[in-house]
Amino acid sequence: MSNAKLPSTVRKSKGDDLVVSGNQDYVTMTIADQMFGIPVLQVQDVLGHQRITRIPLAPPEVAGSLNLRGRIVTAIDVRLRLGLTGRPKDKPGMSIVVDLRGELYSLMVDSVGEVLSLTKEDFERNPATLDPRWREVSTGIYRLNGQLMVVLDVPRLLNFTTIETA
Amino acid sequence: MPDAEPAAAKVPAPVAPMAGASGGGNAGAADAGAEAATKESAVAAQTIRVNVDLLENLMTMVSELVLTRNQLLQILRSQKESEFAAPLQRLNHVTSELQEGVMKTRMQPIGNAWAKLPRLVRDLAHELNKKIDLQMLGADTELDRQVLELIKDPLTHMVRNSADHGLEIPAERVKAGKTETGRITLNAYHEGGHIIIEIQDDGKGLAIDRIKQKAIQNGMASEGELASMTDQQIIQFIMKPGFSTAAKVTNVSGRGVGMDVVKTNIEKIGGTIEIKSAQGKGSTFVIKIPLTLAIVSALIVECAGERFAIPQISVVELVRAAADSEHTIERLKGTPVLRLRNRLLPLVSLQQLLRLDDSEGAKKTEEETFIVVTQVGTYTFGIMVDRVFDTEEIVVKPVAPILRHIEMFSGNTILGDGSVIMILDPNGIASATGEMAMGEAAGKETTAVQTQRQEDKMALLLFRAGEGAPKAVPLSLVARLEDVDLATVELSNGLPVVQYRGKLMPLVPIDPNFVVANEGRQPVLVFADGDRSMGLIVDEIVDIVEEKLNVQLAAERPGLMGSAIIAGKATEVIDAGFFLTQAYKDWFGSSTQEGFEEEKLQRVLLVDDSPFFRNLLTPLLSVAGYDVTAVENAGDALALCEAGEDFDVIVSDIEMPGMSGFDFAEAVRHGSRWQRVPMVALSSHASARDLDRGRIAGFNDYVAKFDRDALLFALQQTLTDQKGAA
Repeated sequence: MSNAKLPSTVRKSKGDDLVVSGNQDYVTMTIADQMFGIPVLQVQDVLGHQRITRIPLAPPEVAGSLNLRGRIVTAIDVRLRLGLTGRPKDKPGMSIVVDLRGELYSLMVDSVGEVLSLTKEDFERNPATLDPRWREVSTGIYRLNGQLMVVLDVPRLLNFTTIETA
Repeated sequence: MPDAEPAAAKVPAPVAPMAGASGGGNAGAADAGAEAATKESAVAAQTIRVNVDLLENLMTMVSELVLTRNQLLQILRSQKESEFAAPLQRLNHVTSELQEGVMKTRMQPIGNAWAKLPRLVRDLAHELNKKIDLQMLGADTELDRQVLELIKDPLTHMVRNSADHGLEIPAERVKAGKTETGRITLNAYHEGGHIIIEIQDDGKGLAIDRIKQKAIQNGMASEGELASMTDQQIIQFIMKPGFSTAAKVTNVSGRGVGMDVVKTNIEKIGGTIEIKSAQGKGSTFVIKIPLTLAIVSALIVECAGERFAIPQISVVELVRAAADSEHTIERLKGTPVLRLRNRLLPLVSLQQLLRLDDSEGAKKTEEETFIVVTQVGTYTFGIMVDRVFDTEEIVVKPVAPILRHIEMFSGNTILGDGSVIMILDPNGIASATGEMAMGEAAGKETTAVQTQRQEDKMALLLFRAGEGAPKAVPLSLVARLEDVDLATVELSNGLPVVQYRGKLMPLVPIDPNFVVANEGRQPVLVFADGDRSMGLIVDEIVDIVEEKLNVQLAAERPGLMGSAIIAGKATEVIDAGFFLTQAYKDWFGSSTQEGFEEEKLQRVLLVDDSPFFRNLLTPLLSVAGYDVTAVENAGDALALCEAGEDFDVIVSDIEMPGMSGFDFAEAVRHGSRWQRVPMVALSSHASARDLDRGRIAGFNDYVAKFDRDALLFALQQTLTDQKGAA
């Protein structure tokens, strides 16, 4: 029962997550050795490997659907969404569950890292030369020590009308 | 239970026995009874308004609780002895009661949907100068709020229909020996998990003759077809789109939208509608709808390793088909069909439909297949699946917005074992596959004109040859029927021939493996063209019938046009053209036979208003190596042009209703995308004057309608000319 209440709390806090001026918290993850980040307040859950029901006739980026404590979650293969090759079968991978307009989506990534608190100074807009597919789903880049973190924009990542045309 | 005040009924129940047990005395019990009574009235007065969203939310949460409970019970079943057994049992009961309770909060008496009807009927009575008495029974029957919303409009519409079409004006009623006041009765009651709503009037009943007339007018059926239909079947026509028997359009009805919308709305919520009518006595509409939409009973099936749920309400029966069973799947042009009690049931392979790649069950499917016979409206079809599990009560959840465009699924759900499963939508499957002229949908498109006219019936020769279904060929193609003495059959160039009217006639068997016997007699169908003739060896000539040739399943096997229901049986319609070319490679005077393999098929657009000629010429041209698209009028042809279709040559009839062939040619030649496409005119008048007129209009060639050789020659000629020019 407790998890059923979760969405409402998240929904409430979603409004102010982008206006926070100083530090911003991100959940980091890796896909094909590249680090990505999602604002922590948009994240519902982090899952290990899950049993997924395939959905016939669905777009290829939709890996299927799974049962998260009684709610049906649509699994999105982020690798395919970013125009990368599918994950090798032997690697189980992990998932980050996000909420978009009351619907849950599970973003399948290679691995989930930690929560980082980052300052605005390190934030930069997307370089103009970035792959258009990536630029479309990213709000910007954080310069970290030794690597760069791409911030994923969840609504745009899940905007499948653009997928159809891409 | 159809209790108006469930909460009130529940509360006193536990109180009374408790008082009886502890109080012991009579006075105590009486006291408790009185208390309960006052409580009841108090509860009845105590109502609060609750947001519907909150109730919906409660409902989903309870649904989830039910699912969790199911999961737990499933785990419990696998363990013999568990200390959880007792508490789980209690949880089970509490959950069931909670579910029932929450379901009740969504329930509303059907009277709410009827509230406006008396006023409506009064207004109608005034407007139509009729006397109408509206009776409403079972107004406190409760049903799901969601269902209620959805049936409100259909109900209103049907009451309006009864008032307008059903009831007569007072004078007429008196003449018929009825009271002046007509009566419309609404009756709602529960019956086995369903709500039944009856709308009854004591008017004149449905006018079968008018429906018949209208059906013919609208081209929905021919007179012959109607003659063989029962009244019940004829009544069904009023559910077809665009059907109205009202002589004139009034404010109230006769606008052509109506019963079909009612029917779709009711079917949308998994309900059915039934009509009973007695001439002069009145008609009754019986609507059967499920109590709730939230939980449905579904059949769980498996296909290619994936499980799916099919709503039980649309499942008619299950059939097991295997090599050793009574039912086997037969194939017509690779299309699977099943013979089920003298009917041909089209089958849909779920695996192909959903494009499931078969990883495990590849071999298994051949051995044993289960067929879920599904009914959507009047269209019955079978869904082929690998396995059938049992039925389960499932909570329908909508699919994620990004998957809504897939019309095969109506939702998804979580099963007792915790896995997610997609719910198939029989409507979606039917519309995705039902284009094969089975349902009502296709009737409108290409076959409309065909069904309209009586003279479009074709004489068909039925015969038997080889294995399988009886076969048929259009009689007009057969020159003679002969009985050949097999002793006179000789071999020429390895092929059987017989001397026939001073010439050698090749004999072709339908079954290529057929061996011509040495003696006895064999019936032969003789096809003749000019001075050439060919004999098709058959086993037995069965009959000649007048029937509409409506090929329902196209065939892939060479020599077959497809199969159609002829004389009530599935019959294979043979493609005479194929056998003609077997006898004479150049029967059609064309050498395209050799060429078309490597080349792209030449696309021919055939424009002819007569379905007979379309049926005749399409196979002829296909056999000659053309890819034929046939349309029934110039308008359709121009629509194809608009749609961006390309053709190598256009063959058009001249005499057509609406736009004639000349006008069509002019339209094509002047500014259309097809202005360079060669056109061949086809006409029964092939005088010199017509030829000239045709050329002026823009036709490249002009051929008499009955001259096949000339047509094929002309086509070849124009196409080579075109190629030379390009």
